[in-house]
Amino acid sequence: MFSIMAEIITNHWQTLLRGLGVTLELTLASVVIGFFIGILLALGRVYGNRLIYGICTVIVEIIRGTPLLVQLFILYYGLPAYGIRLGAVTSSIIAFSINSGAYQAEYLRGSIQSLEKNQMLAARSIGMTRPQAITLIVLPQAFRRVIPAWTNEFIYLLKYTSLAYIVGAPELMGVAKIIGSRIYFYFEVYLIVAFIYLAVVIVFTKIFDFVEKKFKIPGLETIR
Amino acid sequence: MSEKEPLLKVVDLHKAFGKNEVLKGISFEMNKGDTKVIIGPSGTGKSTLIACINHLVAPDRGEIWLEGENTVTAKNINRIRQKIGFVFQDFGLFNHLTALKNVMIGLVKVKKMPKDKARKRAMEELDRVGLSDQAKSYPAQLSGGQKQRVGIARALAMDPKIILFDEPTSALDPELIGEVLHVMQDLAQSGMTMLVVTHEMGFARTVSNEIIFMENGVIVEQGTPEKLFKNPENKRTKEFLFKLEDLYGEGE
Ligand SMILES: Nc1ncnc2c1ncn2[C@@H]1O[C@H](COP(=O)(O)OP(=O)(O)OP(=O)(O)O)[C@@H](O)[C@H]1O
Ligand SMILES: [Mg+2]
Repeated sequence: MFSIMAEIITNHWQTLLRGLGVTLELTLASVVIGFFIGILLALGRVYGNRLIYGICTVIVEIIRGTPLLVQLFILYYGLPAYGIRLGAVTSSIIAFSINSGAYQAEYLRGSIQSLEKNQMLAARSIGMTRPQAITLIVLPQAFRRVIPAWTNEFIYLLKYTSLAYIVGAPELMGVAKIIGSRIYFYFEVYLIVAFIYLAVVIVFTKIFDFVEKKFKIPGLETIR
Repeated sequence: MSEKEPLLKVVDLHKAFGKNEVLKGISFEMNKGDTKVIIGPSGTGKSTLIACINHLVAPDRGEIWLEGENTVTAKNINRIRQKIGFVFQDFGLFNHLTALKNVMIGLVKVKKMPKDKARKRAMEELDRVGLSDQAKSYPAQLSGGQKQRVGIARALAMDPKIILFDEPTSALDPELIGEVLHVMQDLAQSGMTMLVVTHEMGFARTVSNEIIFMENGVIVEQGTPEKLFKNPENKRTKEFLFKLEDLYGEGE
């Protein structure tokens, strides 16, 4: 088994690496775009007027209430009927970004609301405008509080990007399937892929831990 | 300085939260340099009253005149708030900023003061409350008494015309109350105009020049500490002060 795995790696490492590249591209792009979507949705739900609150709430509930795969299929297979044709990678990034954005919005909303009363009042009391109070006082603290939740979100998303192979994106799972179908050692190929995912998860967990420590407010314990 | 015009004048102030009428027509005045203490039972509307004064709570009806300007109808509320310092019971320090930055941020972002000038001014205020050695500490690294003194320095830095205190020592351990009261006493002596909700009778008796007793949304009685402590006109005032003496009094 190990010799087969070693052989697969020597023969196909370039393909695997390309697959990993696409996986990371999907993950990073979706987390980053999702971050900005998440900020907008969270702000809309905390500070928006009734209309904005309503719109943001409906978006978040729809996204969180339907399977990611359904969202992806709607974009990839559904939109062409209306003349919008998106590539596999593009539609995956859009689907994952929106999905991640909805979840990130909820983490962020929770921490913004926990800061609302005391910190917002204090900021307004010295004459800050509402936008100043939000950007200078509330958000910087809210971001720090959601870093642990983001770590989880990133890891989920990394694993969920494997769904993109279903619409034909050449990410890790996609290339694994192709290699497997050529050499028929499915078990070994998927075992390698599993290890690659695991390694990436470990590396990014470490990175996020580092970021969390770096931005930790001295004297405050991180509440997990 | 015009002797006629009070610095702060509150006229017939009303506030209700839904059906709950909290302020039922509050009127009083403060002259420059006054230190007034508001006392009264819990839920009486003391916090609501001072929050209305800098519009952290919007009043329903009535007038609030600050230096001859009716702030209730003023368009730019942020400009009014700069003139009114506020010290919170739970400190309200910005937890992601050092003590120095807590004091600086209003100067830089609200008053648009250049950074180096703001830093210098902030250091002076920290020094004034005895905390220049803690400038680089974050709130979570400070004791309650130190946090509250940073809160006072932050209010002072904005050059307010008046500072409002909402039970500034209620969240403190007994041994830390003194350092905060001491700073407040110095402030009063330096001529700062202060309106203080507190149950610290020692402070009310020795530092304030008037005590306002509030109950159920109205001012029951107001007068000098001597008058209220020695011979209050109202029976309720007497009962309340008696109870407070029991709870908080330092005993002479
Ligand atoms: N934001 C609010 N929404 C609804 N009701 C409120 C709000 N703030 C205060 N109240 C109510 O107004 C009343 C007066 O509250 P307030 O905090 O002004 O009293 P207080 O005199 O400061 O009491 P304490 O001594 O306990 O601080 C209470 O019944 C309180 O429940
Ligand atoms: Mg109160």
